[in-house]
Amino acid sequence: MTALIEAEHLTRYYGKHCAVNDVSFALAKGEVLGFLGANGAGKTTTMQMLCGNLAPSAGQIKINGFDLLDQPKAAKLSLGYLPDTPPLYKELTVQEFLLYCARLHGIAKNSIPDSIKRAQERCGLTEVADRLIANLSKGFQQRIGIAQAILHNPEVIVLDEPTVGLDPIQIREIRALIRELGQDHGVILSTHRLTEVQESCSHVQIIDQGQLILNETVAGLNRQMDTGTLQVLTRLPSDINKLSAIPGVNSIESISANRIRIHHSVTANPAEHIAEQIIAAGWGLQELTPVKRSMEDIFISLTKEHREL
Amino acid sequence: MSMILAIASREFRSLFLSPMAWTILAVLQFILAFLFLTQVEAFTSLQPKLASIEGAPGLTDIIVPPLFGNAGIILLLVTPLLTMRLICEERRNKTLSLLLSAPVSNIDIILGKYLGLLGLMLLIIALITLMPLSLLSGAELDFGKLFANILALLLLVTAFTAIGLFMSCVAGHPTVAAMGAFGMLLLLWILDWSAGMNDQRSELLEYLSILRHFQNIQSGLISSADLSYFVLFTATFITLSIRSLDNDRLQK
Repeated sequence: MTALIEAEHLTRYYGKHCAVNDVSFALAKGEVLGFLGANGAGKTTTMQMLCGNLAPSAGQIKINGFDLLDQPKAAKLSLGYLPDTPPLYKELTVQEFLLYCARLHGIAKNSIPDSIKRAQERCGLTEVADRLIANLSKGFQQRIGIAQAILHNPEVIVLDEPTVGLDPIQIREIRALIRELGQDHGVILSTHRLTEVQESCSHVQIIDQGQLILNETVAGLNRQMDTGTLQVLTRLPSDINKLSAIPGVNSIESISANRIRIHHSVTANPAEHIAEQIIAAGWGLQELTPVKRSMEDIFISLTKEHREL
Repeated sequence: MSMILAIASREFRSLFLSPMAWTILAVLQFILAFLFLTQVEAFTSLQPKLASIEGAPGLTDIIVPPLFGNAGIILLLVTPLLTMRLICEERRNKTLSLLLSAPVSNIDIILGKYLGLLGLMLLIIALITLMPLSLLSGAELDFGKLFANILALLLLVTAFTAIGLFMSCVAGHPTVAAMGAFGMLLLLWILDWSAGMNDQRSELLEYLSILRHFQNIQSGLISSADLSYFVLFTATFITLSIRSLDNDRLQK
């Protein structure tokens, strides 16, 4: 199966400032890729390069097998893009705007009404179809932006912060829509909200200061989050040196005299050995809890690690 | 091609969704109608004298060239106001990315925008042409001269629109685009004023002057030199606009 998006060694300079530095990744059909990063990490720049709004300083992008630079029209035919600000002509009604988008994307004349109707239903716009875009709330405008991106049923859908400005119910609907779209399209979704990635993505990439620092499936990331740290409470103070000798234990920090925190490797979980050791030594085991790391922790620790390097 | 038409028709209809196009049409029509009536008045007062002169200028000569000449000057003021928003505002409202990520080339975008606005210009010219045509109810017109004047004004506005479009591509703010376009047009218009002074004739300035070519065609002398001037002029600025839009992707 060919990848829908192949990005190789993307680099982008703004003057001397390097916004994106040697980013490579691929997206296959049926994947929802979450693009995570702090503000100014290079998410939007990468999205703009993928959609031909910005030429990369170096590197190559292929969409559905077509090179974005050599065959821009063929490549863009299979592309739907929602920029960070939805590109709306506010003087048009929703219906007129979507009609214009349909014509721009070269949808055959006889199938235009059907595609508009479907996009409106999917994004919950049927009731406001005849209203002026300028008079609609930000949430509706965001949904029109999404409708515009999925209107021509593109293979690749790129959404730059799609849930910004939506209320919680709408966010849930949009996330469900994204999951649904992910089944027979390739979706790239940029966001700085980690829960969003957990809920709607199958893959995750973290970008920081222009560099890709993580490329993982969400399942793999979840595995990372379950393990890593154990919190231990004993009746008597325990001997840290003895516990450190247990295979799999990376480091131990003591929080108070009786409470310690054990960091261990992901592959070999030493919990069993730790418990045996403590009981054998008679320190009086009172509590042994795995500390679950939230995605926020992983994100923060990864970006921190990267910056320290 | 269908993409160009899609862009052009949206541009044209959007003009009429704001008061802009309506206002400009109304104001232009009002001022030119006034000038037209003045010209008709002048003709009626001159008519007895003209009858006694051999080979005197006719009705068309007295009414049409001044009307179209004045229309040219007013359009010089108005065109920058219409063209300033073309690309500039799309860029400011971030709607340009809709076009840039759609399967259309920059050539399609620029030509679509250009043709959309040219549609309004054609409408303006058609409305102006209706004025002399209304004289047909009681007089005869020299259609050759009238046609030459329509052609001259048409070529003039294609050139005006092309400059305005280019300025809109380059400028960061619509007002700047309007000022830039207006400045360039005015400069080109007055370029050969210095040629009127005695020993200061410059062939180059005279050739560059847009007014000279306009008046040549207006007088009924349709030469390929004047036609090619306008065609080259328009093509140059449209090409520059396309290049400028290409440049958008390269740097920011």
